[in-house]
Amino acid sequence: MKAEAGQPAELGPRPEAEIPAEECESAPDNPVEQFLRTDRMPHIWCPGCGIGTTVNSFARALLESGLNLDQVAIVSGIGCTGRVAGYVRLDSFHTTHGRAIPFATGLKLANPNLTVVVYSGDGDLFAIGGNHIIHAARRNLDLKVICVNNFVYGMTGGQGAPTTPVSAITSTTPYGCSEPPFNLPALMDAAGAVYVARWTTFHVRQLTRAMVDIFRKKGFCFIEVLSPCPTLYQRKNRMGDGLDAMKFYKQKSKIRHGAPTGEVGLTKEGDIIVGKFVDRDRPEFLDLMRRQLAGQLGERYVEVEHLVCN
Amino acid sequence: MLHADPKGVLTGVHFLDGDHAACEGALAAGARFAAGYPITPSTEVVERFAARIPTVGGVFIQMEDELAASIAIAGAVWAGAKAFTVTSGPGFSLMMEHIGFAAMTETPCVFINVQRGGPSTGLPTLPAQADMMQARWGSHGDYEIIALCPNSPQECFDLAIRAFNLAEQYRVPVMLMMDECVGHMTEKVVIPPAEQIEIYPRRHTRRPPGQYQPFAPAEDLVPEMAHAGEGYRFHVTGLTHDERGYPSMTVAAQDRLVGRLKRKITQAADRLACYQEEGVEDAQVIVVSYGITSRVAQRAVELARARGAKVGRLRLITVWPFPEAHIRALARTAKAFVVPELNLGQISLEVERAAAGQARTLQVPHAGGGVHRPEQILDAIMEVLK
Repeated sequence: MKAEAGQPAELGPRPEAEIPAEECESAPDNPVEQFLRTDRMPHIWCPGCGIGTTVNSFARALLESGLNLDQVAIVSGIGCTGRVAGYVRLDSFHTTHGRAIPFATGLKLANPNLTVVVYSGDGDLFAIGGNHIIHAARRNLDLKVICVNNFVYGMTGGQGAPTTPVSAITSTTPYGCSEPPFNLPALMDAAGAVYVARWTTFHVRQLTRAMVDIFRKKGFCFIEVLSPCPTLYQRKNRMGDGLDAMKFYKQKSKIRHGAPTGEVGLTKEGDIIVGKFVDRDRPEFLDLMRRQLAGQLGERYVEVEHLVCN
Repeated sequence: MLHADPKGVLTGVHFLDGDHAACEGALAAGARFAAGYPITPSTEVVERFAARIPTVGGVFIQMEDELAASIAIAGAVWAGAKAFTVTSGPGFSLMMEHIGFAAMTETPCVFINVQRGGPSTGLPTLPAQADMMQARWGSHGDYEIIALCPNSPQECFDLAIRAFNLAEQYRVPVMLMMDECVGHMTEKVVIPPAEQIEIYPRRHTRRPPGQYQPFAPAEDLVPEMAHAGEGYRFHVTGLTHDERGYPSMTVAAQDRLVGRLKRKITQAADRLACYQEEGVEDAQVIVVSYGITSRVAQRAVELARARGAKVGRLRLITVWPFPEAHIRALARTAKAFVVPELNLGQISLEVERAAAGQARTLQVPHAGGGVHRPEQILDAIMEVLK
């Protein structure tokens, strides 16, 4: 079956046996394929992992946005989601752990014509990279941040993260997590993000739309995507496989656009509030900087768009 | 080689401290992006850059910490800019992560370290030369960098330009290893006209997208670069990677990449070696020094000669890669090396290693916070001549 834009997606993964061989061979017609480095397939993600689903939404959002892909750069940190940069056919940077945002800051400031996407995981962006993300949101630099939250450090074997719900079992919280987690939308809202949304990998249409939204919005934008980790988080917490995670997301999710972000914190088994929580306008970092410098320096100010050397 | 862009060149005769002179050198070299975090005694470099860059055309951003500053410059470089950051000991420790990243991803960039006393917070306002080994070995894994040591504000200017040129030529992070004395000492600095300043251009590929492999080395083992936004759709990773830039976790890929990262510098070591020497041919003792210590050493040599000693001077300007072939050659004729430095034994150990037992090496250590008295170095010279 060819996926067609604009049609509702089928929910949940289809058993592989149902896909006839000739259909697999027709893969070049898949509209997503042009966005992927097919010479790098198969990818490293586990069966049932949600990261690939988010990449599918990302590719469809790029298609729908009509952006010139030569002018889109993607920056990742380290971890399972950190591998996204390596699989998409864009100028892509797989940086150091937690530092995707400051790398993206330099990239964007030296060439503001680029659409710069930061695509990374919850541990990368909010534990080791926590200081960088709050400052980038404060500055309101025009970065599009997509955070895949699977509640654990997947790449290293399922350790607890600043997003791990209380009582959840991880390899470093074998008796249940006792630390309260971050409420990511509230943190980003408080730090100054102009767009804050949360979806799950069950909500592929809404997620794609949110990505299109942030490609069109100027300023620091943030999307949290809840994503299953069947190998580690689901297994240790007896939450089943990838399909069970979809059922869980479907059952627990409540769409509440505009919900006060202080009320959208997550628990292990409780409701998952999803939706677009913040969509506002604040002056963007570069615009503010240029306005300030031009105001103070007048004609002495030399504004250069792209800082390219010879 | 190109000529400097006159917009960044403050041609004239100035009275500048080393920090400001280094900033002018960076501007003359074409740096149009700097990211920094305040730290004594280096902050004057970025303070001047913040004041100057809006009238030249470029960006300064003060980041939330040195981790951020040291990778923001890498981002700017991959977008096309020449970029640098500035720090001192504690910040340099935080930057190690991205010195390794820059080495691994062959990102041409410059780190300026105005050294102060350590370890830890140490002596924020006082000099040391105790980060010399950290500059070479501070990040994990095997890699090579280039480090230059100025001993005057004029050299802070001159060597800042050379640092950018070498970064571009070899696609490595280059360290300008200043110290608090040189950074805060004010002297005459002559900035030549732009057309007299040579600039090594970015090694940008001429191949079209599709025929370009971002990490395929040229003859000198250095690959050509492309920038984000040009249609190449290339991948850069700190993982071990192949010529396409794709991760490759094999023994062979590791050997090929890390071996090349090392060889591209070691095979150029003779060309990179830069030093000043005087009276070494028939010297019994050679005083080897660098940075501010070389100025004290000069006085010590004068005092020793007044006592009839045959003493020569070797001042290292390029410290990394270490000019070991030259030290080895000098060790054949000299009886001993005397090595004063503002640490408890770093470069002196390199001298000893390079001399390989042919000549004795005598350390003149100093824990930092001031400079040697010439007599301390003199005593060491007279000691070996006994």
